[in-house]
Amino acid sequence: MPEIFVAKVSQFPDGERRIVAHAGCEIGVFHWQGKFFAYENRCLHQGGPACEGVIMHKVEDVIAADRTWQGQKFASEEVHFVCPWHGYEYDLRTGECAANRRLKLKSFEVKRRGEDVYVIAG
Amino acid sequence: MELPLSDFRRMAVEEFDTTKLLAHAAQQAREREYQKFPIVDVDSHHYESESIDEILEYMDDPVLQQLARSARQASAKSVGMLPAGVGYQDMGGRVMRYPLRGLEKTEPGVQRDISLTRRWMDAIGIDIAVMFPTPMLQLGLHPQVEVEVALARAYNRWLTERVLANEPRIRSMLYLPFNDPEASFRMVQEFGRLKGVVGFMVTSARYRPVHHNSYMKTYALMEEMSLPLAFHAGYNWNDQSTGMLNRFISVHALGFVFYNMIHLANWIINGLPERFPKLKVAWVESGLAWVPFMMQRFDNEYMMRSSEAPALKKLPSDYMREMFFSSQPMEMTDMGALETTFRMINAETQLLYSSDYPHWDFDLPSTIYDLPFLSEQAKHNILGGNAIRLFGLDLPAEKMAHVA
Repeated sequence: MPEIFVAKVSQFPDGERRIVAHAGCEIGVFHWQGKFFAYENRCLHQGGPACEGVIMHKVEDVIAADRTWQGQKFASEEVHFVCPWHGYEYDLRTGECAANRRLKLKSFEVKRRGEDVYVIAG
Repeated sequence: MELPLSDFRRMAVEEFDTTKLLAHAAQQAREREYQKFPIVDVDSHHYESESIDEILEYMDDPVLQQLARSARQASAKSVGMLPAGVGYQDMGGRVMRYPLRGLEKTEPGVQRDISLTRRWMDAIGIDIAVMFPTPMLQLGLHPQVEVEVALARAYNRWLTERVLANEPRIRSMLYLPFNDPEASFRMVQEFGRLKGVVGFMVTSARYRPVHHNSYMKTYALMEEMSLPLAFHAGYNWNDQSTGMLNRFISVHALGFVFYNMIHLANWIINGLPERFPKLKVAWVESGLAWVPFMMQRFDNEYMMRSSEAPALKKLPSDYMREMFFSSQPMEMTDMGALETTFRMINAETQLLYSSDYPHWDFDLPSTIYDLPFLSEQAKHNILGGNAIRLFGLDLPAEKMAHVA
């Protein structure tokens, strides 16, 4: 399995991402809350650069105990990256499509060797 | 500030570039060899609001022109003349090209709309695009009929002189100020033969019944001139019915079908296909799922109540199968239902590929090309051949060889 150099940790701050390419495949690597996640940069919808869109927390309805709707908020934990072409949202920690969890981006293993971050392009 | 893009497509916000945004689309075009056969996009858009100062130069009425120009001033606390409905097409910033495209730099010396349109056409693999406005899709709801007429004529003059005359890859079905039937008739007379004009378009979001006698001479003129008529869908959140919907997804999903359902019902039940048998009619940007619904509903009721539609000589669905439908936004979540829809509408001869680019729900040609149930010939027809025949377009011989 080829290991593709992504970045030095010091140059890859938490909250940022990098896109690397190997043999015609683009991979988006996210650094989020101390962990790394990597997915194929191709939206399952129409092939857009899904990993290159904005990162936004999941939107949630606020439903009270009496089941009345009280408004909306951004989730504190679940965060999505959004395909910039059409808005397909993906769970940053799993690569699952937020609107249909049966759909999932191809994921890749990320390895850290000292100060260097690699993605296993296999 | 930089966009969160790949190292090889890195660009700063102020360097936003459509070609880079659509790099994956260009890759699809190369992989599928779109260069070998014609692709015609029958519904694409530009933002005429970005050129409104130029367009207003073409407005005849000096008082309306003054009102519009004054409202454009930065200090004016006025919405101005262009209609602007409540809406969230950019999905709260998720679809990044909405806020960024206004910053995009274009080639010096080339009209901005031409430059931007060529850029996305080249990336996606489009030979000819039929271009429509964006905010003006709501103009049929303008409370001042004379503003619709004045703005429509100014826009049509600007579009034909500044854009269509200078770029043969861009065509348009010109805006008809449908709330004024006489002005609509004059518009066809004045613009129907100009370069790049391939028909006329009614924005569907409005409250005028298409079967009113005042429109008959306009339909007759278009039929005589062999110019197709399109009904371009649009939403209206101010309608009492859609006013009950609390999210944009609901207003968009239903709104972009609702008015075309009304107009199509009136068109058929009042026998307009029998009165204008050679007038080609196209229904634009309502997707496809509504068509089998309409066919089944109206066939079923017509069998019981044919006395209310005495002009018809066949089933409502038979007339619908002679109409044209643009593909986008094509509902693709149930392939079996989609295949049935293609069969019901005679897609191989009646379906017209459309992208709707740059709007948020655009469809690439691969949405048609990758369908597992279509023959190669059917793909070529839907992606280009049907539009070439409908509009009488011409392309280089090697491309035309793929058009049956």
